[in-house]
Amino acid sequence: METDYAIIGGGVVGLSVAWGLLSLGRRVVVLDGGDGSYRASRGNFGLVWIQSKGLNEPRYARWSQRSTGLWKEFAEELACHTGHDVGLEQEGGYDLHFSEETLAATVAKYEVLKAELDGNYPYEVLGHNALRQAEPEIGGDVVGAILHHQDGQANPLRLLKALADDVRRMGGRVLNGKTVDYVDRSDGFFLECDDGTTVRSERVVLCAGLGAATLGPKLGFKAPIRPQRGQVIITEKLPKMINRPSLIARQTDEGGIQMGATNEEVGFDDGTTTEGIAKVARDAVRAFPKLAKAQVVRTWGALRVMSPDGLPIYQESAEMPGAFLVTCHSGITLAAAHARLLPHWLEKATGAPDLEVFSESRF
Amino acid sequence: MKADSDFQILGRLKSQVSIIFDGNAVQVRQGGNLAAELLAAGITTFRRTPKSGAQRGPFCMMGACYDCLVSIDGIVRQSCMLTAEDGLVVERAGPGAGTDE
Amino acid sequence: MSETDLIIIGAGPAGLAAARMAADCGLAVLLLDEQRAAGGQIYRNVDGVSDAEAAVLGKDYLSGRKLTSALAHPKIQHFHHAVVWQVSGDCRVSYSIDGNGTTVAGRALLIATGAVERPMPIPGWTLPGVMTAGAAQILLKQSGVAAANAVLAGSGPLLYLVASQLCRAGQPPRALVETQGPRDLAGALRHGAGALRGWKYPLKGLGLLAELRRAGVERHTGARDIRIEGNDRTEVLTFKTRSGFKRIDCRTVLLHHGVVPNTQITRSVEIEHRWDVGQSCFVPARDDWGRTSLERVFVAGDGGGIGGAEAAALKGRLSALAAACDLGYLEASAKDEAARPIRRALAKEMAARPFIDMAYPPYREALIPGDGTIICRCEEIDAAEIRRCVSLGCEGPNQTKAYCRAGMGACQGRYCGLTVTNILSDELGRSPDEVGYYRIRAPLKPVTLGELAAMHEDKTEGIQT
Repeated sequence: METDYAIIGGGVVGLSVAWGLLSLGRRVVVLDGGDGSYRASRGNFGLVWIQSKGLNEPRYARWSQRSTGLWKEFAEELACHTGHDVGLEQEGGYDLHFSEETLAATVAKYEVLKAELDGNYPYEVLGHNALRQAEPEIGGDVVGAILHHQDGQANPLRLLKALADDVRRMGGRVLNGKTVDYVDRSDGFFLECDDGTTVRSERVVLCAGLGAATLGPKLGFKAPIRPQRGQVIITEKLPKMINRPSLIARQTDEGGIQMGATNEEVGFDDGTTTEGIAKVARDAVRAFPKLAKAQVVRTWGALRVMSPDGLPIYQESAEMPGAFLVTCHSGITLAAAHARLLPHWLEKATGAPDLEVFSESRF
Repeated sequence: MKADSDFQILGRLKSQVSIIFDGNAVQVRQGGNLAAELLAAGITTFRRTPKSGAQRGPFCMMGACYDCLVSIDGIVRQSCMLTAEDGLVVERAGPGAGTDE
Repeated sequence: MSETDLIIIGAGPAGLAAARMAADCGLAVLLLDEQRAAGGQIYRNVDGVSDAEAAVLGKDYLSGRKLTSALAHPKIQHFHHAVVWQVSGDCRVSYSIDGNGTTVAGRALLIATGAVERPMPIPGWTLPGVMTAGAAQILLKQSGVAAANAVLAGSGPLLYLVASQLCRAGQPPRALVETQGPRDLAGALRHGAGALRGWKYPLKGLGLLAELRRAGVERHTGARDIRIEGNDRTEVLTFKTRSGFKRIDCRTVLLHHGVVPNTQITRSVEIEHRWDVGQSCFVPARDDWGRTSLERVFVAGDGGGIGGAEAAALKGRLSALAAACDLGYLEASAKDEAARPIRRALAKEMAARPFIDMAYPPYREALIPGDGTIICRCEEIDAAEIRRCVSLGCEGPNQTKAYCRAGMGACQGRYCGLTVTNILSDELGRSPDEVGYYRIRAPLKPVTLGELAAMHEDKTEGIQT
């Protein structure tokens, strides 16, 4: 067998899993798509985020917390190996509110979740004045914010590059420009790509983002995932004006203000619309009025990889044992868990995380 | 226009007005193209890059290169697409904007 | 949202000629242009120059007045200083005038955004004092400002034109440093027959060269290893020729090695493009009416392939006829009839093109620059960084953009896009068509967040989002 694992998908999810498996001494081949593939790794918002996740499923909140807890060490190791600073900041993040009612309603939900998490949900509510102390540029329309201390941000593009670099350094083989279109399992797995490339492996991990919707059924998965568009804006590089990230706006370590995002069910259309962008801009300017004078450098549409309930899917194929589906829409937040914990689950090692709640049987 | 400028205005001077560039008064032609007027006034550095702080000046003069950026009323704009008006207050764009060199 | 029959973006020769032709056919035309007056870059400020400036710029330039004066037509609405920042494939265009954004819907769209100078990344090209030759010409046309003691470097007829215009303005250039060599001319002469049909262009070139000789402008050909050096600004230009190493002290360098279609808008609406080998650039795929892969979206002028001002006007008229026909203002037979003389003139106009392309090839060292040369001016990324991205598995410009930020800056890849494609093509051994180009996203031109926010229609306060 030429490799232990074939990983289909070379984005942040696939490379994080590959990185973790290589750390365990496994042989890995990553099959990545081309320049024009839909790539959530390229278009995402870069949050390393806890609040508002898993309000209806505390085990998802807990899984995310395990990941954010591992992120610092993960980032340090990548930086040490590759010299790429992935820009991790875990100084907390905000959910900004324009009305007292929505703020109170959100706090009520957080209290329920906090109880289910045995109190491990460190957040505080900042009124307008307290928020203004921390964020001098905040606008008068913002009545307050929920500051969650486990929230943070990273530079997602440098994470992608660092992983691409380190996976190769550790001996992973990454084949680019490949689309897997045939899978067979007899003596291990046999994968064939559209350009005739073939790979034989003991196991297969499907991390192909939206590509898993078509490839999943060939491996015996339901893979009920769909695209959901988010339109995002980034400005020119500005002097520091936002300290902590929020779901509305964050300042990247390069200086640009990134703002997001819409939630639109428009299939595979990853374009932008004047209406969508105007709405994102309106919210951002309300939150930080000074932004009105900032020049927009670029807008884009990125496609979230959504499951029906928004949670990740971790599933071994019943039809083809040894094939695993790994998919989520929070590849940045979960990168550390995918690198540090998920490989043990793939290996069925003792002490591996229990991911039963994320199986496909829930659909 | 300065006699030692690398950019010379042809013909006789039209009505001159005063604008402020980085805190200094500069004589320019009313209604002239802002980037052209600044060049003729002997100014070469219009901005510094956010990444390295390198100095930049007009390159394409047609709104494509974004190297002639200046800051006016807090908004960073392409000076080659603007008109010089009496009393305009212009600052270099980028790190250290507004400081004398 | 306001509506019109035909939206034309760009008031250069193609857009101007198309506007009048379409209006004559009965179409309501909205002409959007970002400059303060019609003319495009080639006829920039043609209605505003003084007699003295007109004498410097020459009579070809003044011929643009025929096009601008034809705009006076009740069916033509011309918005100048209109900055187009978003275009959609269904002919909707968002633009701002003096900071106020709006969107207009057309039944057809003509993209006539012309050319930009081919990026010429060489060591030192980001220093203040380095400009494009076109920029120097715009300074002359728009402002009556002449670059003094400039060195012009690169290749192509525009260098001769700008140099002679500077001579006439009383500011003869310090030197002309050309990259093409005698072998290029020999190759081009094999296209002699074509050049003869378009005889006026080579003849004009010879006339300009004679003018430069009379003015005593120092001229070098076959230059390579061109570098610009200086501490915070241009101080010296160095290069090598067959006669050795040369060094010229100067404060202004004007670069040029050809023009290429400005494809920002055509890329943003994802029209198909193909690589034009003869002109070493991408061109939007179009039929001989300027129709693209998108219904009712046309491209005319240099934006669809370089042909010069007169060809651009002719192509603009052809696209206007086709749009008139598609919208039901003109019978197909009348369209074909009207097109016949235009096509004859166009064929004559294009005849010298292969000769010019071969005699003045782009400067090879600037097509595929060496490591250490900045290729992305905005993000200050050098060629070595692109090559490193290839070793990390990047196969196209959108991947290198994500990995090293080349193309992510304010210019949206205008000045690095072709270079990145060329480097990738060279490193991967694949054609530029296979390598591809940046995905271009709005805004195509600067727009503030405040302008965008003001376009949000739901003004209801107090809604949490």
